[in-house]
Amino acid sequence: MRQDAFTKALLDPTLAVPEGLVDAQGRPAGRRFSVYRNNVANSLTEGLEQGFPVIRKLVGDEYFKALAGNFLRAHPPTSKLMMFYGAEMPAFLADFPPLAHLPYLADVARLELALRESYHATDATPIEVEVLSNLAPEAFISARFKLAPALRVVVSRYPVWSIWQANSVVGVPAPVMRPEAAIVIRPGYDPVAHLLPEGGAAFVGALQAGQSIGAAVDLAGEGFDLSAILGLLIGGGALIELNEET
Amino acid sequence: MFDIAIKALPARPGVGYKPQHFKDILENPTPVKWLEIHAENYMGDGGRPLAQLRHLTERFAFSVHGVGLSIGGEDPLDEGHLARLKHLCDWLQPASFSEHLAWSGHDGMFLNDLLPLPYTAETITRVADHIDRVQEVLGRRMLLENPSSYLAFAGAEMPEVEFLREVARRTGCGLLLDVNNVFVSATNLNFDAAGYLSDFPTDLVGEVHLGGHAVDVDDHGAPLLIDSHGTEVVDPVWQLYAGLIAQTGPLATLIEWDNDVPDWSVLAAEAARAARILDLAA
Repeated sequence: MRQDAFTKALLDPTLAVPEGLVDAQGRPAGRRFSVYRNNVANSLTEGLEQGFPVIRKLVGDEYFKALAGNFLRAHPPTSKLMMFYGAEMPAFLADFPPLAHLPYLADVARLELALRESYHATDATPIEVEVLSNLAPEAFISARFKLAPALRVVVSRYPVWSIWQANSVVGVPAPVMRPEAAIVIRPGYDPVAHLLPEGGAAFVGALQAGQSIGAAVDLAGEGFDLSAILGLLIGGGALIELNEET
Repeated sequence: MFDIAIKALPARPGVGYKPQHFKDILENPTPVKWLEIHAENYMGDGGRPLAQLRHLTERFAFSVHGVGLSIGGEDPLDEGHLARLKHLCDWLQPASFSEHLAWSGHDGMFLNDLLPLPYTAETITRVADHIDRVQEVLGRRMLLENPSSYLAFAGAEMPEVEFLREVARRTGCGLLLDVNNVFVSATNLNFDAAGYLSDFPTDLVGEVHLGGHAVDVDDHGAPLLIDSHGTEVVDPVWQLYAGLIAQTGPLATLIEWDNDVPDWSVLAAEAARAARILDLAA
């Protein structure tokens, strides 16, 4: 009885129980083997249910269980860190024909993964507000900021943030069809997802790439609301290091 | 060999730590003296999980309990995972590290369950080699936990206690004695739990686990108990535990409750029941 055969039979209930597994009387193990099959399927399914609560809500509990069953057989965990299990879910959903009529699911899954990653990301101390307010305007425009490790951006052709929000918070209006980008920031220990304003994803991406505030504003395009996004980043403790031009 | 003694945890009740109990534990820890965490849940880079541990470690002794090393695996140990474990232990400095006599992955896959091993000379060699490596990397002695068994292997060469004793002899590791697992395995595989405990090398036991199990039946209508960690400890397990402690004296004892986790008061009441039994033997 090698672990290879055991593993294959665990993940494929249509396979016979491996030879050499018995009860106390020496009879074939039968249902006793199913305990392990159920444990594996249930624990991985529970991990996915906890990790993707909004996807679960969108497709329904029963459907999600079946979906999880398909997913875990296609993508059993490769890491012992179950907190990050399901990284392949967006690609899996994007390529799952029965759900082709819900094309936004993959991006919602990306946002749920981003929230989980943010929760476990390295702690960082935000720059004090006084340091920022003491910067001269020219120094601020040429400053480069390091962003918090807990920050994530999810860009979508669909209203990813509105869909996530409508299924996470009670009493939120129904999403309207439009492209959206969401930002996940973590003031303290609880990640929060916000809707990014027009140009916001380009702006944040430029900061992440080490560009100055001025260059990032240029990339964000016309009509970009700099003060709104700075409010988000500062309020979320997302600016953690300042490099002034010398 | 290692500077960590087998019996390094306080010989008092502990509980499996759940984040939802953070506030309650700090406000009303009685009678809990130490906490156990699943190592893998604290291998993120930061955030609340590690912040809570930083706080709790000022007040409680800790036991780090791994569920992912796959010590019985045919695959080589995952050195990357072992390095993460070392990082956690070096940071938290727990009184104890323990893992399971089981395997949990194969061919790069992690199955997130504790899977059974045939008790053979070949398995002893593999398990002992892996424990040697774990102890070498961590620089500390580990405890190895007896499993819950749902089936037997036709090719088994020895009873579980003999297997565990030999692994401990070869590696110098201590043992974690899960009394519920003994009761579950004894029921499922038709052996005498009290006899198992009287054979057990209790001088090597650094920690005891008590947990709840679920009840099912096999294909022939025989009881099939499943180690679920989702309910109170049952009376027959308390009786086995009381008999054990009467013989050994007080041992560090964990209430394990991982699924359908109850309010703190329920968990604390289970710990108080263990405390009364420990008091009688003190």
